[in-house]
Amino acid sequence: MGFLTGLFWLAATIIVALGAGWVFRQAAIAISPKGVAKELRTAPLTASFGMLMILLYIIAAVFAPVIAPFPETQVVGSEYQVWDDVHLLGTDNLGRDMLSRLIYAARNTVGIAFVTTALAFILGSVLGLLAATVGGWLDQVLSRAVDVLMAIPALIFALLLLTIIGTSIINMILVIALIDSTRVFRLARAVAMNIVVMDYVEAAKLRGEGLWRLITREILPNAMAPLVAEFGLRFCFVFLTISALSFLGLGIQPPTADWGSMVKDNATLISFGDITPLLPAGAIALLTVSVNFVVDWQLHRASGLKE
Amino acid sequence: MSDKDVLLTMKGLRIEGRSDEQWNEIVKGVDLTLHRGEVLGLIGESGAGKSTIGLAAMGFARDGCRISGGEIHFDGIDMRNASETEKRGLRGKRIAYVAQSAAASFNPAHKLIDQYSEAPVQHGVMKKSEAEGDAKDLYGRMQLPDPDGIGYRYPHQVSGGQLQRAMTAMAMACRPDLIIFDEPTTALDVTTQIEVLSAIRDIVEQFDTAAIYITHDLAVVAQMADKIKVLLKGEEVEEADTDSMLSSPKEDYTKSLWAVRSHARPEQPPATEGTPVVSVRNVTAAYGTIDVLHDVSFDIHAKRTVAVVGESGSGKSTTARVITGLLPPRRGEILFNGEALPPNYKNRSRDQLRQAQMIYQMADTALNPKLRLRDLIGRPAQMYLGLNGKALEDRVRDLLHLIELEPDDYIDRLPSELSGGQKQRIGIARALAAEPQFIICDEVTSALDQLVAEGILKLLDKLQGEFNLAYMFITHDLATVKAIADEVVVMKEGKVVEKGGKSEMFQPPHDPYTELLLSSVPEMDPNWLTELLKARAAAGG
Repeated sequence: MGFLTGLFWLAATIIVALGAGWVFRQAAIAISPKGVAKELRTAPLTASFGMLMILLYIIAAVFAPVIAPFPETQVVGSEYQVWDDVHLLGTDNLGRDMLSRLIYAARNTVGIAFVTTALAFILGSVLGLLAATVGGWLDQVLSRAVDVLMAIPALIFALLLLTIIGTSIINMILVIALIDSTRVFRLARAVAMNIVVMDYVEAAKLRGEGLWRLITREILPNAMAPLVAEFGLRFCFVFLTISALSFLGLGIQPPTADWGSMVKDNATLISFGDITPLLPAGAIALLTVSVNFVVDWQLHRASGLKE
Repeated sequence: MSDKDVLLTMKGLRIEGRSDEQWNEIVKGVDLTLHRGEVLGLIGESGAGKSTIGLAAMGFARDGCRISGGEIHFDGIDMRNASETEKRGLRGKRIAYVAQSAAASFNPAHKLIDQYSEAPVQHGVMKKSEAEGDAKDLYGRMQLPDPDGIGYRYPHQVSGGQLQRAMTAMAMACRPDLIIFDEPTTALDVTTQIEVLSAIRDIVEQFDTAAIYITHDLAVVAQMADKIKVLLKGEEVEEADTDSMLSSPKEDYTKSLWAVRSHARPEQPPATEGTPVVSVRNVTAAYGTIDVLHDVSFDIHAKRTVAVVGESGSGKSTTARVITGLLPPRRGEILFNGEALPPNYKNRSRDQLRQAQMIYQMADTALNPKLRLRDLIGRPAQMYLGLNGKALEDRVRDLLHLIELEPDDYIDRLPSELSGGQKQRIGIARALAAEPQFIICDEVTSALDQLVAEGILKLLDKLQGEFNLAYMFITHDLATVKAIADEVVVMKEGKVVEKGGKSEMFQPPHDPYTELLLSSVPEMDPNWLTELLKARAAAGG
């Protein structure tokens, strides 16, 4: 019986999610300009659901002070209160409101992840495109340096660096961006390698175009699709790394709310069969899955696959 | 022939392809009857549905295509309603397929003979050892060198022409009733093409196999086919015996196909006075440490077209790379209007770069797919001539007019929204935008259909007169040379074998290599191949 109920709820959740995706897509098509609407029409329901979720996360992050019923760090009750009408999701190990912290954490975790990924991309793709276009010794030096960085396990390397230079949000962003930029570098270089041998790049070189224009006009636009797809995936990885670091105590420092450390702080409750500490983990999972839905759709479109 | 001999019939065949989210008809009701031992030539331009019909004979439609109507009967079997298992039993055993690119169709990880024996063993016709013996026999009949040993090589260890013959032998493995040849010699040089054609013809005759021979080359089909069917945009234009089709085509479209070959512009006398625009002087160039060009010299004068002819690997394109500065020569120099150019393009001035432009073989890869025509054509004008805003837009529109495309319709298109011939025109416009004196045309028509190629050649011809351009025309196609060249340079293995005016080049006496090259160009006469082989055998033996 329990199994059947579970199955029922699972099916119901999926249907509701896809339904929400459908409603969202229709609404989006209705309010978007023509060009965007045409693109949106090609989105599968999973991608629409993903976009809806991402939008909700962004709203939560931007309007956190308005939405959250309590302040982020204030102790508003006793420790580990159960779910009730005042504290919808109960309180945490210090008596702070769980729901409010969940909402504020969207701002911290997602915001920081976004900045970090953007930084990793700027660094990685600029160097990767440069290495592929210029080639020769520059390519050798950059590629070997990246090989060295990639040879060290990412999480351990991050822990090491953060221990050396000290834990602060800025340092964490820089360290993760550096480590992740090596992955972006490899992708950008590999993609660009296939583009620089095209005749149109040769034609541009023979025309006497400078390096900057060669990269921005001839190579980058043609490398965009895989890079955008990678951005989505990389965003998830960065996000998980931040949460992992926070869980280990080297990431976002208390009392700032973030999902990784929220799991850690309330981990005791798991042994009592309470699912509250898993909610932040669920928030991470949901965003990761949503981003991947959207990325899949984009990847599919960019690679020219139909159906 | 009686109805008993009918091997394959198609009635009102319709095939649809999916694009832009909807089904479009690409074969619109074609009828076809093929008797045992008969060879049918299917000709038409790209997009005519030749290959699609060929594959449909096997009851097969490519991904994204479906057979939507009509009947296909192969030896009494209804191919449209046959089960997959039944069709699989026929494919490879009773119907075989030879693809255009043998190099891409062989599995590079297995030896030729293992791939040969796969089909007979699979279909239970022969044991592995029998199949291998049979392979050696057929390799011999296909006139492959070392028939006993060649099967134990991997595909990359044999040449393109040999691979194509090995592929034909493989198709013969189960002694099928029908073979479909899909442009089997299109990717080959003329001299290699002869060997493959004669081998295919012999083996088809020996085993009395029926064949559908798909090609866009009329002269080739004239050698191979008993009857010819002409297709245009998925519809049949006409069908007739080879002889009557060649001598008296009925439809205008067929006549226009035939006429293309007869176009030639009047030759201008070779210019001897004045400084040549481009002068290649004793150039020796190497990739790595291996010399690929040996002491190459020739001149190109203003308003003249110099065709550089040779087979693949003869150094034609390498010469172009040396002239443009992409490959600095080891020895020798390039003079432009009498002045030496820096060997590396990076050291050339902007004006030197402007003066020599290049048009590429594959327009697909030569145009940045993310830029609109406005930017593709406008960029050289903006860069070299400093045009901007309204002046630039006007210039782009003028150029589009020159290449006979309507500016309002085309200026904001992406390359993907153009046909192959239009893309090549954009390549020409981009070269013209720089207002050069000299243009290198690297096999510009070889990827195009004959009628489209003809249009491009005429356009280039017209532009030459208007702007006093000098052309270096790289090609392996002697018909193109006849059509456009003033002077010819024949290259072989990185050396200039012969050079001179076009008329003397096509008149004997020739260098032996030029002779071989010239005599290998297929002619429309159906007996050409037979007689050529006879003549060569007599001369050789």
